[in-house]
Amino acid sequence: MYRYGRAVKRGPDMTRQQRFSAWSLFTHGLRKTPWPTVWEPHALQSSYDVVIVGGGIHGLATAYYLARNHGITKVAVLEKSYIGSGGSGRNTTIIRSNYLTTEGSRFYDRSVKLYEHLAADLNFNVMFEQRGHMTLAHTDSSLRTMRWRAEVNKFEGIDSDVIDPDEIKKLAPYLDVSDHPRYPILGALWHPPGGIVRHDAVVWGYARAAAALGVHVHQETELLGIDIESENVVGVQTSRGPISTPTVINCTAGWASLISAMAGVTLPITTRPLQAAVTEPVKHFLHPVIVSGSLHTYVSQTARGELVFGASVDPFASYSTMGSLEFATGLANHVVELMPAVSNMRLLRQWAGLCDMTPDFGPIIGPTPVEGFYVDVGWGTYGFKAGPVAGESVADMIANGRPGRLIESFGLDRFEKGTLTAEKGAAAVGH
Amino acid sequence: MLLIKCPHCGPRNSNEFTYNGEVIPRPGMDVDPSMWRRYLYMKTNAAGWQSERWFHVSGCRRFLLIERNQDTNEIRMIRAYGSQS
Repeated sequence: MYRYGRAVKRGPDMTRQQRFSAWSLFTHGLRKTPWPTVWEPHALQSSYDVVIVGGGIHGLATAYYLARNHGITKVAVLEKSYIGSGGSGRNTTIIRSNYLTTEGSRFYDRSVKLYEHLAADLNFNVMFEQRGHMTLAHTDSSLRTMRWRAEVNKFEGIDSDVIDPDEIKKLAPYLDVSDHPRYPILGALWHPPGGIVRHDAVVWGYARAAAALGVHVHQETELLGIDIESENVVGVQTSRGPISTPTVINCTAGWASLISAMAGVTLPITTRPLQAAVTEPVKHFLHPVIVSGSLHTYVSQTARGELVFGASVDPFASYSTMGSLEFATGLANHVVELMPAVSNMRLLRQWAGLCDMTPDFGPIIGPTPVEGFYVDVGWGTYGFKAGPVAGESVADMIANGRPGRLIESFGLDRFEKGTLTAEKGAAAVGH
Repeated sequence: MLLIKCPHCGPRNSNEFTYNGEVIPRPGMDVDPSMWRRYLYMKTNAAGWQSERWFHVSGCRRFLLIERNQDTNEIRMIRAYGSQS
């Protein structure tokens, strides 16, 4: 264990962190002392009140809200690799709340509200930019769905409206709004509170803030098994030794079925890769986030100037994160159709993340038939934007013993009862 | 890209096929609705070998039974429905 600088002092079992501020930046510059480590590794304890599996945004947010809102600090977050190495580091960082159902809109609206104050809450710059989110309609039927979504959103108090091609051209001058393309742009759903955020910063910010409250974040610690006695969780086996705990929360994406199978719980999930790509950086020219359902793509320009593209999930289930040429060529065709001016830009790299798809495109949050084993899984292609509200809701459920109002319709038992959520607006592009 | 050796058409790119998901034994007609819903929705989703159904939509338009490794996308068995080989 190592530590930099004089500012870091350690209490009996928690790290007192230095606050990040303009003043601390200034004094560090004057003293030329290195910055302290963001948080410190801990020895694995033999027992915790809550063990969270998965050190992504969902697991770390859950740990943070358990400690901050409910005072439950004897919490371990187990991450088999490094934090944010899964879906949290592979998504396209888009935040929005213009969903189709009232349940979805309410839930994601809370998430946008949490993101708006996240940098101040965590004392970490997460670089949330509310540039606006524009979902293009290329057909009469998608225009009709946009109107429907806008009305549901307005009813829930969310800023969301349908705009015509003239307004689209003002907001995103490089879009081709003529009637030449095969899929001409007829209108768009315009959602000003939507935007992009620095995904790694969100993960680091939650880990740092949770660690400051006494949570143990264990990286390179793999879950090997869940110990169950008479339908109750009693502990877990990890690659660094056993832990006794009454509560285990599965906050993984991509491996949700495998972790749940350790507790004997079967999930209605298929795992599909979703590919994304990034171009070389160029001068800022694209302000809003552009989504096209018909062309299966979404585009945003990062603060650094790269264009980040995402697509729909791959056509078959797999745990492989290998990229495909079909994706890259299909993506290029579609983006050039939307914005002919970018045809000379070069792709820097492409990658894939794993998406746990559920039959109704709704997440699965709640208790399972095994007492003490909870799930926060099935986040499909929309897990990152839900991270803060999911963490807050799961922490609330653990502290109060039952799911709150925002998540009560997302329980695992809905599949056997036949009360599916039918959130067609969950996926930005068709699946 | 995934190459699928269709028993009728020969080796073809997977984008000629539609993926129908893992094969799950169908329950009898006398079970209650919750069992049917379990059959409809619940998946093993193994990170290893899986039996699955594909449809060669842009080829012979036949259903195929395929054993594929979900970790590596390797295929070890393909057979047309209704045939033994």
